[in-house]
Amino acid sequence: MTTQEKSGASLLQDERYKTIDRTIKRLNQREDALLEVLNTAQEVFGYLPQPVLRYVAQQLHVPLSRVYGVATFYHMFTFEPLGEHTCIVCAGTACHVKGSDRIIRTLSEAFNVQPGGTTADGSFSLTVTRCLGSCGLAPVVVIDGQVHGKATPEGVYAQVAQILTVAETLKQGAR
Amino acid sequence: MDNAHLEALAQEERSRQAQYRCRIFCCTSTACLSAGAGQTFSTLERAVAACGCGEQEAEVVKTGCMGLCSRGPLVRVEARGEEPVLYGDVSSDIAHQIVARHVNLCGEDEVSTVEAEAETADPYDFMHLRAALRRARQQKELDLHRIPLDLPFFTKQVKVVLSEVGRIDPEKLEDYLAHGGYQALAKVLNEMTPEQVCDEVLRSDLRGRGGAGYPTGLKWHFGRQAQAAQKYIIVNGDEGDPGAYMDRTVMEDNPHRVLEGMIIAAYAIGASYGYFYIRGEYPIAIERIRRAIRAARRRGILGKSVLGTGFSFDADVRIGAGAFVCGEETALMHSVEGKRGVPRIRPPYPTESGLWGAPTVINNVETLANVPTIILKGADWFASLGTEQSKGTKVFALAGQLRHTGLIEVPMGISLREIVYDIGGGIPGDRAFKAAQTGGPSGGCIPAEHLDAPVDYESLTALGSIMGSGGLVIIDETTRMPDFARFFIDFCVDESCGKCVPCRVGTVQIRALLDKIIGGNGTLEDLDKLEKLCVLVKTASLCGLGTSAPNPVLSTLRFFRHEYEALVSQHQVAETPAR
Repeated sequence: MTTQEKSGASLLQDERYKTIDRTIKRLNQREDALLEVLNTAQEVFGYLPQPVLRYVAQQLHVPLSRVYGVATFYHMFTFEPLGEHTCIVCAGTACHVKGSDRIIRTLSEAFNVQPGGTTADGSFSLTVTRCLGSCGLAPVVVIDGQVHGKATPEGVYAQVAQILTVAETLKQGAR
Repeated sequence: MDNAHLEALAQEERSRQAQYRCRIFCCTSTACLSAGAGQTFSTLERAVAACGCGEQEAEVVKTGCMGLCSRGPLVRVEARGEEPVLYGDVSSDIAHQIVARHVNLCGEDEVSTVEAEAETADPYDFMHLRAALRRARQQKELDLHRIPLDLPFFTKQVKVVLSEVGRIDPEKLEDYLAHGGYQALAKVLNEMTPEQVCDEVLRSDLRGRGGAGYPTGLKWHFGRQAQAAQKYIIVNGDEGDPGAYMDRTVMEDNPHRVLEGMIIAAYAIGASYGYFYIRGEYPIAIERIRRAIRAARRRGILGKSVLGTGFSFDADVRIGAGAFVCGEETALMHSVEGKRGVPRIRPPYPTESGLWGAPTVINNVETLANVPTIILKGADWFASLGTEQSKGTKVFALAGQLRHTGLIEVPMGISLREIVYDIGGGIPGDRAFKAAQTGGPSGGCIPAEHLDAPVDYESLTALGSIMGSGGLVIIDETTRMPDFARFFIDFCVDESCGKCVPCRVGTVQIRALLDKIIGGNGTLEDLDKLEKLCVLVKTASLCGLGTSAPNPVLSTLRFFRHEYEALVSQHQVAETPAR
């Protein structure tokens, strides 16, 4: 990594910490702001790395153990970064009845990734969620932020495979 | 701002809307968006702009859910002097044709001109003929997308909570005002005492729509009677049941109705501050409620003196981070306080000691959305809907193996049969109805022989299910019940907060027993053990999550025991020769 890139990265990091600071300030540094602050941190970092947890504890004047306790209680907080590309499969009741488990199995086997996990090369995460609330279009998947209704295992597999192939080609081109 | 200003704003918006000959409503709720409504909306806007008609000809409005989610994207056209028309599966192509038919009005004109020209022109010029034919074909194609509004899906519904949803722009306070919004709040603040408001709601027999069905008016009375300098009102928008999205739809598609209900509740109990607690999985709902709060502050509907009456109230949003148990009120309050969302023993009830020890009333989104109508139309009107013990309407998210799925609002007491076969249009293909699952992981499965049971709190409880928040999933014969029960128990194992042993350990053991039975290794004693364990978890758990977690197993054991027994006997038959 060149020096220029390095300073760019740390600047970006500063920006993210500033966003956390703004949330803390908006909530008057009250203790009950913890959940809101963690939500913000998860949003800007994409996950909750340890230094961020320490930072939040320090700024809110609460013990780190409490920050960790709250962060691990709620499902939406993650402690590992997600893959470059994600597929969220809804496993709510309506989607389950319409075969979302087949989609999960297909993706899991095809890309060698556990549900809720990320591939070894960090290119793809398979997330399973309980109900996205689009039950009328079950089964529903979200591929890189795009919601798709009435999904089929074959269709989702094809789409994810294509995205990953394109990403791989781009990477090779850059090398 | 006072009442007169509000009325002036409403009037202004009404006349603005009335100047358009044609208004095109495009549903942009989550379901339709995932079917491509974003594209549909921009195509409609571009097509209307491009048709070059006068400014007062047509307007395209972004609205919320129109109900029939399985046919999304949905577009409704309301033109002056014409019956409203609804179109389904509206692609960009169809959107163009809708504008061509309803806005340009060139559809028929052009065809007739073309025909007239064809008569006088060179008989060998096929261009005109071809154009006319193409137009006719398109018209026919468009007609295929037309959804008749006299379908039982629409005619069997009664809309109270959803009355403006799908008809207004949820991001525009003025649009809600133009439809009579905040009139109930003005009436309450100017003409009624807080006690009268509590009485009116009590008289209406409105019961909590979050699932338990506690009388709302009674809760408000308790909140009112509590003596404290500071009281709170919380809107429970932590809709965690998989298969349910009623509250999300109301918050997204008519946020001001919920806010109005909340302010009325605050006035009734004497709260000066309130929180919306919304699931983190609902980013659009969070955004719309925040926007509604900002708009209400700007117009003096929230703040130091609500509508100039001196009543002070403000509200904020708190975001849940994915914990099903936070739908339980004591857990929810802990979460608002920024702690782990674990429930605690009641009493003390939140109305005595809630958020930071202050008296707090927690109401579900749908419950509060009923309040403005109760105030405006009166408790008697509301009580005339529904059954003896369950008044009013209920919104259901109808999903699963049905022809029409989507969001419906029906009067209490309607039979499941009417919901499944009339509104839902029955099961697709030639498969048979097997069960209706209500109440999500806390509810149960109702079999075909009870299809005529009325949908109200007491009847559903008697059938071992619950009303729940309103998820209604229909399953057909392709689903095996022990698997289905395991699906829900798996959910509860994940979501158990771990505070009390019966729920934390019990649900895991129930799952293990189910696995044994489903895997073909179970015995008849295991079935008994399963049933006993379920009853134990149900009676000994601390909060609603644990006490209702065994319901899916118990109700399937009750109505579909033969499926469990078949699994067990297979095993025993297999074992006999070995002995």
